[in-house]
Amino acid sequence: MAMIWHGRKIYQGNAAGEALVTRMGISFFGGVDPDTGVIVERGHELEGQCISGKVLVFPTGKGSTVGSYTLYRLRRNGKAPSAIINMECETITAVGCIIAEIPCVDRIPIDQLTTGAFVVVQADDENATVEAILGNYEI
Amino acid sequence: MQLTSIEQDMLTGKHGPATKKAMEILAALGAIYGAEHMVPVTSVQIAGVSYDNLGEAGLSFLSEMADGGGKARVLTTLNPAGMDIENWQALGISPEFAEGQFRVIEAFARMGVVTSCTCTPYLSGNVPHYGEHIAWAESSAVCYANSVIGARTNREGGPSALAAALTGCTPAYGYHLDENRLPRVSVDVRATVSSNDAFGALGKAIGQKLEVAGEKPLVTITGIARASVDNLKSFCASIATYGGAAMFHMAGITPEAAQVAPPERIMIIADEDIAAAHASMNDASSDDVDFVSLGCPHLSIGEIARIAELLKGKRVKKEFWITTARPTRQIADRMGYTAIIEASGAKFAADTCCVVAPIKGRFRALATDSAKACYYAYSKNKFKTVLKPFDDVIAEALR
Repeated sequence: MAMIWHGRKIYQGNAAGEALVTRMGISFFGGVDPDTGVIVERGHELEGQCISGKVLVFPTGKGSTVGSYTLYRLRRNGKAPSAIINMECETITAVGCIIAEIPCVDRIPIDQLTTGAFVVVQADDENATVEAILGNYEI
Repeated sequence: MQLTSIEQDMLTGKHGPATKKAMEILAALGAIYGAEHMVPVTSVQIAGVSYDNLGEAGLSFLSEMADGGGKARVLTTLNPAGMDIENWQALGISPEFAEGQFRVIEAFARMGVVTSCTCTPYLSGNVPHYGEHIAWAESSAVCYANSVIGARTNREGGPSALAAALTGCTPAYGYHLDENRLPRVSVDVRATVSSNDAFGALGKAIGQKLEVAGEKPLVTITGIARASVDNLKSFCASIATYGGAAMFHMAGITPEAAQVAPPERIMIIADEDIAAAHASMNDASSDDVDFVSLGCPHLSIGEIARIAELLKGKRVKKEFWITTARPTRQIADRMGYTAIIEASGAKFAADTCCVVAPIKGRFRALATDSAKACYYAYSKNKFKTVLKPFDDVIAEALR
């Protein structure tokens, strides 16, 4: 089953890939290893999982403003997520996506997304779309 | 958001790739926070300067912005670096770290940023006046600018402050707008608060009470009989660190406080609240202390004169850092304070401080008069802390 939502473009670009979804906020500074893309925050529900190449879905960012530079560093190391989807984007993630050039969309009902869904992000217009093919998929 | 034609040109790249990136950052922030337009700024203070916090990633971003032709359009100054730029060897900084730090400073300098390396721009030549729109990072200086001077700034991060410098503007939201500068809760201080450490404890007590209430309203503080600039810089650093505050009203201090009545909802801070906050920053004893530091935020020349007075003819027994801005250190040189202080064995650390220097693992316990320094000593460096009045901290170094 495919579903389409319209959200707000934070940074432009198109991406498609497997969703990695968390209901918890993400602190990029100190919470994600910038060299490997693995989430290292103690007790985080995605602890130990790698965000590289995934469409990373989380409610909103948190923590130090230096976190914007972590997204930039992930990109330089080839370990960045292919896109970010938020419920409500905040400054750290927004600035990080802009400087790292990662497509980012917010105001999406992320509780309807599940890890493993195939997600297509189109954020070339102000009115960005997120299309998700839920359940098992083959391409 | 409504952009002027020059702002639109910046966004489409007519002023080069760095300015384009800067305007993209500001336009996105403006959209997120519902700004209707940009507001010109006259002053910028950039944080995220220490190589310890930036790493190679931050450095490569800054280099890319400098390579992309980025140039500051308004007076722009820098937060402290991770070391004394002229005297890093004496502070035990490694040559590898120094090399990275010099590359950071060089990238900023190429963009026309004044590499002042201080957290107290308002003591060193970057001083806005009442009502001026500015874009400052450095949470303690943000709080000072909004609350003591009455200038207008949001709490910027490193990249957004740089973006304001390269474009000369910032989105009009938050503390730039009248309606967001009004107090919601009164805080009546029914206690005697007179020293830097007590003002720091007051900042923590207020920050924590608000956090327990699950809100972060702008407060009007009443009951403070007298507060010096040195006391206020301590207080601003603490309430920003522990309460996330970008602004407060203080009766008799904040220009805007005279224009609005204190809110009816009152929260009381008593002696025991301040004592509890103070005690929470004292988890070490004097015997544990192996590191002493004054100057968070950076010391004023008056404070340095006092240190010289108390250290004259004596020898310190512990590593003791005197952290301040370079110009303040130069006045201390002229006055002979530097010679007296260095003869005691204490070390001047200009351009840096104990919060941003790479000192994790070097010490066990810090003695300081700064509540903010206590927070980072624990969270960043795992040091225990002793919080005392200014003169008593100097006594700790001598014992």
